[in-house]
Amino acid sequence: MDLTLQHITHRYGDVAVLQDISLDIPAGQIVCIIGPSGCGKSTLLRLIGGLEQPDEGQVLQLGNPPAGCLNPLTFVFQDFALLPWRDVGGNVSLVLEDHAMNEQDRRQIIDDVLARTKLADFRAALPRQLSGGMKQRVAIARALAVNPAVMLLDEPLSALDAQTRELLMEDLIALWTRAPFTGVYVTHNLAEAVRLGHRIVVLSRRPGRIRDVIEIDLPLSDRHMNHPALEAHQARLWNLMKEEAAAADQELLHV
Amino acid sequence: MSDGRPVPFRGRGFRPRAKRGVGLAVFVVLVLLIEWGTRAGWIGNLTLPRPSDVLATFVELWKSGKLWEHLLPSLSRLLVGGTLGITAGIGVGVLIGLFSYIRAGLVPLVAAIFPIPKIALLPLFVIWFGIDEASKYALIALGTFTPTVVATYGAVDNVDRTLVRMGQSFGLGWLSIVRKIVLPGALPGILSGLRVSVAIGIILLVAAEMLGAEYGIGAYILQAGALYDLERLFAGVVILSVLGVLTSALIGAIERKVLRWRV
Repeated sequence: MDLTLQHITHRYGDVAVLQDISLDIPAGQIVCIIGPSGCGKSTLLRLIGGLEQPDEGQVLQLGNPPAGCLNPLTFVFQDFALLPWRDVGGNVSLVLEDHAMNEQDRRQIIDDVLARTKLADFRAALPRQLSGGMKQRVAIARALAVNPAVMLLDEPLSALDAQTRELLMEDLIALWTRAPFTGVYVTHNLAEAVRLGHRIVVLSRRPGRIRDVIEIDLPLSDRHMNHPALEAHQARLWNLMKEEAAAADQELLHV
Repeated sequence: MSDGRPVPFRGRGFRPRAKRGVGLAVFVVLVLLIEWGTRAGWIGNLTLPRPSDVLATFVELWKSGKLWEHLLPSLSRLLVGGTLGITAGIGVGVLIGLFSYIRAGLVPLVAAIFPIPKIALLPLFVIWFGIDEASKYALIALGTFTPTVVATYGAVDNVDRTLVRMGQSFGLGWLSIVRKIVLPGALPGILSGLRVSVAIGIILLVAAEMLGAEYGIGAYILQAGALYDLERLFAGVVILSVLGVLTSALIGAIERKVLRWRV
């Protein structure tokens, strides 16, 4: 299933957040969206996922989600959004309980996604007992459980420390390599973008417009830390963004 | 470098910690002080009764079986009235938290009812429900209803919106979101509201019993007060205090059990 964004414009009151965004999201690729803070990256993701409605333009699904897909557009949130009163297994189970399936199938799906995210031993742990990285793994397991057509990742690693971030990034790459998923990955971290993105969309500061789209051909499995080609891409992205980021930093907030 | 001084520690205090037994010690010291004062004579026996006499009165009340004669009607009134008021309060509070029209319509009404001293309405309830138990149930129910409503819709408002958005993003049904996300998220706030509601319920129970009841802690205190029998009056007051402490401890135990997930 592909997604197409057509001339998306969005405002909060008088403030234009996004202006005339048109973008194709082809199946099986990860599209990274980067931009200075406050440029509307997260808003764009919520528009794609149907959590907000654009003022103008539309988001179209092309084709049907694959068979067995329970929730085509599935989010992974920056702050994990786990229910603190449910254990790891319960948090994954939550998103399956509204779908008609027998207890055995549900159990099997939970076992499978917990194994894929290396959480099998933590099934009965409560979120407060887990580190940030583990919490985000649970959120990723929960997203995998509904077999999404498109994963919408909203700064999924931004709340984690640098070491955990690197570990989780490797996990994401491994997950994608094993079973390629379509992803929209919003981040302000250029290193994450060049590691995970097949295409990188650079947004300008508010109101967000597409400044540039960069394609990186290198297979995800070959991209490791400090890869020279990636560093070149990263330097180029930083040059694109530098002035925008500085200007965004100087802006007064009108919220 | 040889004349180094240690860095002074400045991070002391502003960190309340649980100290076991201090509360009990304050209570015991206070009682002993009164006992000493009444025996030594610097507290007149019309100012305060002697604690040992209050205890003797209480023991006698127990042995004569009169304790249960007064306590059981009071407890059943508190239970029935409180259950009615709290159940309705939680229900209405959740509806106010979930629906904008209900909120717009009922919040001003609740704000109007809240400050009315409910005891002033007892004559009205006696006309509506009769002089018997029903009017006392109604009084306690109304008294516990309003604080429960306010606490409940506040608790629903404070449920983490990102969790609700998460539920929506996974396509959970409305009822699932309410049952599995909103209600458990509001539970801490609802339970802490219950402490206030139950305390108000006890106050109204006594007030209702003072205005028209043969048996009940309130009636017992009223009779004692009419005779200036300070020992019996204080024995009644102590029973109420114990009741308050016990209900608070009960809610605390429920909190520890159902809110284990909290940090």
